[in-house]
Amino acid sequence: MTMILRWLKGFGRFWYGFIIGDDWTVAATVAVALVVTWLLHTAAVAAWWLPPLAAVVVVGVSLRRASR
Amino acid sequence: MSQSSVFVTTFLAAAVEVIEMVIIVVGVGSVRGWRSTWLGAGGGLAVLAVLVLAFGAALTAVPIGALRLVVGSLLLVFGLQWLRKGIARVSANGLRGMGERTASAEGVPGHGVDWTALVLSFKGVLLEGLEVAFIVVSFGLTAQALRSAVLGAAAAFVVIAGAGLLARGLVQRVPRSALQLLVGTLLSSFGTFWAVEGLGVAWPGSDAAILVLVGWYLLAAASYVGVPRRRAHRLVAQEAVR
Repeated sequence: MTMILRWLKGFGRFWYGFIIGDDWTVAATVAVALVVTWLLHTAAVAAWWLPPLAAVVVVGVSLRRASR
Repeated sequence: MSQSSVFVTTFLAAAVEVIEMVIIVVGVGSVRGWRSTWLGAGGGLAVLAVLVLAFGAALTAVPIGALRLVVGSLLLVFGLQWLRKGIARVSANGLRGMGERTASAEGVPGHGVDWTALVLSFKGVLLEGLEVAFIVVSFGLTAQALRSAVLGAAAAFVVIAGAGLLARGLVQRVPRSALQLLVGTLLSSFGTFWAVEGLGVAWPGSDAAILVLVGWYLLAAASYVGVPRRRAHRLVAQEAVR
């Protein structure tokens, strides 16, 4: 049981580090950008430009915040 | 369509996918180390082989859109983390590299399996391998020349993977800070491309959009490289005034 719990904790920690990393806002922005892209796509609006734009903006904001 | 034209068409179409696969494996291996990267790539190929054997021509039933969305989103968030770290490190150290690489400093375990490298290479190989399998099945069945399609894809794999192995030495000579920035750029580009494609949104220019994305992220990285340094200089200047 303890071994399973330890494995589950390690598994959770790995995915947390993989997805969230040092700054949760990056993953959150990507998720929101993809949802909005999908919504715009369903409304027949070309939105392929949104995720790359959001990604670049959030990296810049994150870098500025980290260097404060 | 003749047997030779099926071979050439499949070779070229598969080569595009295999190039993406090899870029991910070589990039991840150069930054994180090779053992776990090979384990992930081998695991991806093994799962792919099982899927191909189990499904055969029915492979096209695999929901590739959902797979692209999941793999692409994960590659994008992870790629952006590396891009961010790479920018910060190049800002701090320039292109000279990060000095002696210590395992703990980069989060790479000194022993055991590096799950990050394993998962990244596994996903890259599995997704791209599936796309190659789709190409083979669709070209081969449509033209009733499955054997030529398989041979074309196999030839593309041997040629591109061989070129990747040869390029490994060159890639490892790139300073590590710059390499992390570059691999972050590539993972972010592929991740963005696949995630958006997985939503059912078409890219202008199809696969060529990946090159534009690489340029876009490189341009952003180049403009951000000075940000932490400028801030540090400004802080030092403000301290001096006080």
